[in-house]
Amino acid sequence: MIRLDVFSSFFKVLLLLATAATILFSLRSEELDARLKGEYYALLLAITFGMFLMTSSTNLLMIFISLEMVSLTSYILAGFLTHNPRASEAAFKYITFGAVASGTMLFGLSLLFGMAGSGDLGQISVRLTELLASGEVAPLAVLIAITFVLAGVGYKIASVPFHMWSPDVYEGAPIPITAFLSVASKSAGFALFIRFFYSGFGNSELMQAVDWTFMLAIVSALTMVVGNLAALPQQNVKRLLAYSSIAHGGYLLMGAVLLTSEGIGAILFYLVVYLFMNLGAFYVVVLIANEEGSEMIESYRGLASRAPLVAWAMAIFLFSLTGIPPFAGFFGKWLLFAAVLEQGYYWLALVGLLSSVVSLYYYARIVKAMFLEDPGEETTQISFSTGTFALLSVFVIPTILIGFLNIFYTFSNISVSVIPMQ
Amino acid sequence: MVPLLYYQLLSAALFGIGLYGVLARRSAVLIVLSIELMLNAVNINLIAAASYLNGIGRVIAIFVITVAAAEVGLAFAIILRMYRNRGTVNVDEINLLKW
Repeated sequence: MIRLDVFSSFFKVLLLLATAATILFSLRSEELDARLKGEYYALLLAITFGMFLMTSSTNLLMIFISLEMVSLTSYILAGFLTHNPRASEAAFKYITFGAVASGTMLFGLSLLFGMAGSGDLGQISVRLTELLASGEVAPLAVLIAITFVLAGVGYKIASVPFHMWSPDVYEGAPIPITAFLSVASKSAGFALFIRFFYSGFGNSELMQAVDWTFMLAIVSALTMVVGNLAALPQQNVKRLLAYSSIAHGGYLLMGAVLLTSEGIGAILFYLVVYLFMNLGAFYVVVLIANEEGSEMIESYRGLASRAPLVAWAMAIFLFSLTGIPPFAGFFGKWLLFAAVLEQGYYWLALVGLLSSVVSLYYYARIVKAMFLEDPGEETTQISFSTGTFALLSVFVIPTILIGFLNIFYTFSNISVSVIPMQ
Repeated sequence: MVPLLYYQLLSAALFGIGLYGVLARRSAVLIVLSIELMLNAVNINLIAAASYLNGIGRVIAIFVITVAAAEVGLAFAIILRMYRNRGTVNVDEINLLKW
């Protein structure tokens, strides 16, 4: 039902870091209602537990239960600002979309159960290989069932046909929850994705009959293109970061298309890098929202003259998100592109490259507002406490250093070894 | 006995009707109703498959019923909150978060 191995431990460490960061952001954020703090932190811990189950689940039942546990709790957390109409609209869109997506995924799981007669992923893999070899089950049926499941998992990682909830929910939710959803939900979703597709459907006889990697390649390319192009006109920083999260999901999916352990190792490494740079960027959004009360790019104008260290930190995070060396984002993308090119998916690497270039525009727009524009009427210096700078440096220092430290690569590669691969 | 395929076709038809309901209804309450229809269609599929090939299907069906109940409770809480903030449950008029 659940399996404890290095792969799930890797993700559990990531999820614990994300939860710790979210709790620290929530302590500093002034958006949340003080009377509801007890429920807020309890829900946050519950969602972390659900994500732990997501990373370890090997049975259809556990996949469904853990996914629903995480989804239901995040619907509540997304709508937590009770008197804000945007928040309740975001929560409604989230729950409608999420319920349909998990209903679709459940239909796919029921089809798989109907074919294989068992819920355990290992037994499904063995049984489906037998059935496809003897011709009792058409490959198209397995492909359709896998596509339905991809609907649910794709909704969790915000990939393209199922990404529509993401900008609205990121804009309506409180900023610490946006940060948490963008990092932790995506990581847990990818853990589930890799376990389901690689443990369940990764063996070579099944792959020859049912080629689901091509479908993933199309989804990945579309996700990168749509995520980056839709971010170009955005003025709200949270919405911009939402579309950028969608695009990063696309880059991550590139590594899942290959059936090699380098591809999965690249995904795991990129998730570590992505955690630090995305949480750091959202922390700066929290600080500016506390100070200015706004999430639009105009409120970042002239930040370099008003709070230079914070502006430099935000610039480091944004350049790392683009993939400019020497920051960690460059090394993450390098590993992913290297794995993709090694397997010969040149068109996918080209799409990824072009969309990375496009992403520089909207990240640089924030940097331009901070450094090259004069502040509006307020030209006072903003002073932050040392605690703020300490927490900021927890995200800045790994963003600068991760690419050069060997230990993260080693951890990623060890974690991949438990997933059976050809 | 009736072949398993007939039960799966029934389940697929109900799933399709539920999906149409989610896409075509304007009232938030009817959208939640259609989501419930989709989940019940999946239940038919699971229980039929478990009757033909003994497996964990019936257990999954019970869990699906429970989760659907929790989800409906949560959906109505969110709809109530949305109604108090915006004054309507017509989803065409809930359009603050745009492109």
